[in-house]
Amino acid sequence: MNVKNIMIVGVGGQGTLLTSRILGNLAIRTGYDVKLSEVHGMAQRGGSVVTFVRYGEQVAEPIVEEGQADVLIAFERLEALRYLHFLKEDGVVIVNDWRIDPITVVTGAAQYPEGVTETLQAARKTVAVEATKTAIEMGAPKAFNIIVLGAAARYVGFDKEDWLQVIAATVPPKTVEVNRRAFEAGYAMSSI
Amino acid sequence: MSEKKILLGNEAIARGAYEAGVKVSAAYPGTPSTEISESIAKYDEVYAEWSPNEKVAAEVAIGASIAGARAMCSMKHVGVNVASDPLFTAAYSGVGGGLVVVAADDPGMYSSQNEQDSRMVARAAMIPVLEPSDSAEAKEFMKLAFDLSEGYDTPVMMRSTTRLSHSQGLVELGEREERELLPYERNIAKYVMMPANAIRRHMTVEERMKKLAEDACGMSVNRAEYRDLSIGFITSGIPYQYVREAMPEASVLKLGLVHPLPRRLMEEFAARVDRLYIFEELEPVIEEQVRAWGILKAVGKELFTVQGEYSANMLRERVMGHKPADALTPAAVPARPPILCPGCPHRSVYSVLNRLKIHAAGDIGCYTLGALAPLSVVDTTICMGSSISTLHGMEKARGKEYIHDWVAVIGDSTFMHTGINSLMNMVYNQSSGTVVIMDNSTTGMTGHQDHAATGRTLKGEVVPAINIAGLCRSLGIEHVYEISAFDLEGLEEAFRRETKRDAVSVIITKAPCVLLKGVTFPNKCVPVPEKCKKCGACLRPGCPALTRKEDGTVEIDETMCNGCGLCAQLCRFGAIETK
Repeated sequence: MNVKNIMIVGVGGQGTLLTSRILGNLAIRTGYDVKLSEVHGMAQRGGSVVTFVRYGEQVAEPIVEEGQADVLIAFERLEALRYLHFLKEDGVVIVNDWRIDPITVVTGAAQYPEGVTETLQAARKTVAVEATKTAIEMGAPKAFNIIVLGAAARYVGFDKEDWLQVIAATVPPKTVEVNRRAFEAGYAMSSI
Repeated sequence: MSEKKILLGNEAIARGAYEAGVKVSAAYPGTPSTEISESIAKYDEVYAEWSPNEKVAAEVAIGASIAGARAMCSMKHVGVNVASDPLFTAAYSGVGGGLVVVAADDPGMYSSQNEQDSRMVARAAMIPVLEPSDSAEAKEFMKLAFDLSEGYDTPVMMRSTTRLSHSQGLVELGEREERELLPYERNIAKYVMMPANAIRRHMTVEERMKKLAEDACGMSVNRAEYRDLSIGFITSGIPYQYVREAMPEASVLKLGLVHPLPRRLMEEFAARVDRLYIFEELEPVIEEQVRAWGILKAVGKELFTVQGEYSANMLRERVMGHKPADALTPAAVPARPPILCPGCPHRSVYSVLNRLKIHAAGDIGCYTLGALAPLSVVDTTICMGSSISTLHGMEKARGKEYIHDWVAVIGDSTFMHTGINSLMNMVYNQSSGTVVIMDNSTTGMTGHQDHAATGRTLKGEVVPAINIAGLCRSLGIEHVYEISAFDLEGLEEAFRRETKRDAVSVIITKAPCVLLKGVTFPNKCVPVPEKCKKCGACLRPGCPALTRKEDGTVEIDETMCNGCGLCAQLCRFGAIETK
């Protein structure tokens, strides 16, 4: 198969590293060549973060470039918009319908744009899910990232069982059950 | 069948060292190199430590090498500067057991204060440099690095970049090759670098580099891939992958050993291709040498850049002349720079300094973020340990009165790295500066590594922690105070008093990093909207959990709030409760 390009974007601390590792482990299980690229260090402190996952017969570069992403998984609206131009024309954005103000907005130096989800929808196929809200209702506010991943699963590919097994093997043992529920909740939120 | 695993470049470097039989590893954490040591510490067969700084780490590795063991040190590019004193001379003395220096550069400065190219340092030091292109090569090149080190009696630099260190790829694991310690023999002509010996060793170094350059033409890591001969690239490291991605038909001379260069091989390649590009991130290290040999058709930095990371799109646009199809224009969105976490003790300390309009000579760590609005306390940041000495320099330039509204701020790990030297200087040269050591019990920015004052080693052993207050007092500093980072009144009183004092003083603000395991506040901060006067005092320190609602009252995101209570302390109307 051609190389599949996935991007996971969000705010440092939202779990982009963990989710990219789940995707990487899925791809390996299926026997693909795989490369991941991550951001560590300073940006992880509440900054804009992006991780790349690429898999296929043979993968050269570890990053996804502008105009090449098949799926953009975004943990926050503004971050979806920031990286939207990385999507292919037929690419899909899965966005957590949640707002986190950057410090530039908090201090009044910049405005958080209005109607982000609508802007996304106008440009590319967009699936907006209320992942954080659902996670809070589930009593597991930190599991929102797995809900988003669940919603993205149908667009990324792989069997649902494979997803569940890889998630169970990748997340901390104590959180396996809550993450399974989170994935199921997200999976139920999207359809192709 | 051998096992295949997906490894970070850094994990692969550690694995390669392990398989090569490395016995001693020393490092100071620094993005993007940190995970090398964290990975290698997991192998029982390897002694691994966090040293207080890169110079010490390099010397530990040099000592282990002289003692006959395979040894390594790893550091980020700016750490190479700190370690350069021992490294330049270790190049002369050569090695006992193999000695490898891993230097991780940061093109694009994801987490660094500059963008220097470690290959330049290695050239100046006359140390050979290997540069892998993915995780699988990273592992194999580490083994080669140890072999070259012993074969040519030289330290070898393994150069990585952020994109290699922090990308994951498939690696086939091998077995560890256990190695006997080489016998130790006293050899002062080799290991005592006083002038008479060093003069001879310098000649040895020159001969060694000449021989290595010749041998490099036959090394399999330097590989000519002839395809379409109308266009050829000389490249190495991660940029090699961009060439393969964008122009899979182009011919490539892939260099694994980037110093010294395999001249004959390169001249041959240059002669066979019509158009020749040198594709290397950062400085034109390869390009300048190629041009010096008279290969003037080589195109490099006039087309590509000395700044930032390269990409496949860069080649598509600048070499192939087309823009990627279907791309949207980037949306104009507000920047999201990194910020201190909710519950970070640094925010609390900075909120007081900000209110008192005190300037800070800053340092390297999470607390560098105190330069940005709304905290806006930090005025300078140069390098590890520089806060204390730059404040001292300011005082000597402008007088004691001038620094009455200044402090130096430095973290506990950075203080142990090189801050202590500067503090000794303050005492010796009669400074009146105030030093704030923001002790959060860890090396925070790099992802929570221990150091000499945390009481735990890289291997997780519990050891006596160096007492920072006691250390400062032992220098003869009379005014040393330890105050909780969340004691706003205590901090204000101490800052007011000590900045005016005509003597060195040290204020140690204490509270662990909120991301450390086991650190939790018992409560959450909860707004009481009916008491809110909409004054915005709670918002001033810029905690990301707080936002102002449209009606002017404040909302606190419970998924982000860590319950430190800073906002509640700042509210004079009781409109935020901790419960």
